[in-house]
Amino acid sequence: MEGNGQGPVVEVRDLVKRYRKAKANAVDGVSFAVRRGEVLGLLGPNGAGKTTTVGILTTRVRRTGGTACVSGVDVGVDPVRARRLVAVVPQRNNLDRSLSIRQNLLFHAAYHGVPAAERSRRASELLEEFGLADRADDKPDMFSGGQAQRVMVARALMHAPEVLFLDEPTTGLDPAARLFVWDRVRDLRARGVTVVLTTHDMDEAASLADRVGIMDHGKLLALDTPAALTRGLPGRTTLEVAVTLDGTSAGELVAELGALDGVERVEQVGAAAGPPGGQAPGARRELRARLYLVGEAPLLVAPVAALVARHRAQLTDVAIGTPSLEDVFIALTGRALR
Amino acid sequence: MSATTSPAPTPVRRRAAAGPARAFLAVLWRDLYVTGRELPVFLAQVVLQPLFLLFVFGKVLTDLGFAQPGYTRVLFPGIVALTAVITGLQSTAFPLVIDFSFTKEIEDRLLAPLPVGMVAVEKVVFASMRALLAALVMLPIGIWVLGSIPWRASGVPLFLTILVLGCLVGSCLGMIMGTAVPPNRINVMFALVLTPLLFTGASQYPWASLDDLRWFQVVTACNPLTYVSEGMRAALVPDVPHIQPWVSVLVLVATIVVSLTVGIRLFLRRAVD
Repeated sequence: MEGNGQGPVVEVRDLVKRYRKAKANAVDGVSFAVRRGEVLGLLGPNGAGKTTTVGILTTRVRRTGGTACVSGVDVGVDPVRARRLVAVVPQRNNLDRSLSIRQNLLFHAAYHGVPAAERSRRASELLEEFGLADRADDKPDMFSGGQAQRVMVARALMHAPEVLFLDEPTTGLDPAARLFVWDRVRDLRARGVTVVLTTHDMDEAASLADRVGIMDHGKLLALDTPAALTRGLPGRTTLEVAVTLDGTSAGELVAELGALDGVERVEQVGAAAGPPGGQAPGARRELRARLYLVGEAPLLVAPVAALVARHRAQLTDVAIGTPSLEDVFIALTGRALR
Repeated sequence: MSATTSPAPTPVRRRAAAGPARAFLAVLWRDLYVTGRELPVFLAQVVLQPLFLLFVFGKVLTDLGFAQPGYTRVLFPGIVALTAVITGLQSTAFPLVIDFSFTKEIEDRLLAPLPVGMVAVEKVVFASMRALLAALVMLPIGIWVLGSIPWRASGVPLFLTILVLGCLVGSCLGMIMGTAVPPNRINVMFALVLTPLLFTGASQYPWASLDDLRWFQVVTACNPLTYVSEGMRAALVPDVPHIQPWVSVLVLVATIVVSLTVGIRLFLRRAVD
């Protein structure tokens, strides 16, 4: 692991954080390393410890145990030096409302000791690149969530950090703004900027990150490329069926589905969702089940349909799926991500 | 990961001495820049209250004969003291409450490469500069409202010393208020702290004259503003009985040291989890 410049940019070992008066550890023995130029996604539900991990690495949270280093600098021992190496785009808009967009960028660079000529050259470049040039003199008050996000990413890049931390960069953004942020992250990666991003959106993690770390209850449960994570799952492919039940018990049907040839196990997903508009008790109920298969999914469609028909239930939807990160999360934690 | 053909990130040249001192100055410059741009608003905000106090107590009441003509000599130094302390207090307390509880704007500065405690010190330095400006503006305003103000050249060194200490005392106390009070209590806190502070600080009366009102004299002695007011009188109107200047200076320095220490500690608690 030692080595000059070739070692990991971010290295976290046995990291623990317990907040004052908290009953449990917010981060509970997390270890990982991020290579230069890599995009690492930390995926997990709210309260998993992702933001706290980022908080420690960006010196805003004091760790309780373990070590956290950025480019070999221990962030707990030398936070001032560490702050030169990192930049963070927080979940909430924290732009300086007393300053214009350009001034937000300029002052940020000034705090980091970037010389004046360099500051303004870089600010112009970044404003242009982020499509903000024509609004450079506006105040952040007038910006939408997506625009503010862009400004914050541009601001973070003003001092050319070694690692950029994006804390839930697309939460609360509209689809267009979200895609813009995704494109920017891909650009950053292409430029060789190391990125650590947190998200509770598995699509985001799967499409942006080189490697994904799955976190829950302060622990890092798995860390690998999205492909390797899903490959490690027992049921490789799935068949998801929606059935409208008419009197039959859901449990019985699920049990029989599980007994079919080629089905490894069955999981009920998002059950009890009836047609919109409410329903009377005892009325038609919908069952959604996901079948994890050992064989080919299309071969099972006919047997499933026949079984459902025998129960006088109605098949309303069939979908073949290859496993997603959500499945990985379920396999690791026993519950859905959201 | 080294096989990318895309352009490398634009290199950034940093100053050789891009140390914490430079970051401190940049953070201070940001505050000065923002205040400088809204200077008229800032002055209106801080000068109006002392202006009215001066006008009603110093001009109206004396003109109507309810106060003796000599009263303005007692009042004016007290009003300068009050302006310094209250402006300092408000200049740290208000922005910190807003920054920490609502806008989070301060985060970008907390992530600047300087010790977090230095960001707190910057807040005190900046608030003191604001207070200093507000207090100095009271000199021309005093001349304008009262016709003349008590002034003696030999008192200027003491005047400036007390003035600077007064600004610092207010700013340090404001740091404690801004970081210790929960955001939902801030309105109540300001009402409960500011009003008593305003009237128990010996700015409208000389402390020694309270001999007959012993309990109030004791209360007043607990207010740091009293020592600023008394120090101002010692500098500008030494014939009015006042607390020994060295006592005032000592009390003020001690108050600054203690409240700055406590204030920075509270600031760190809010800034770093």
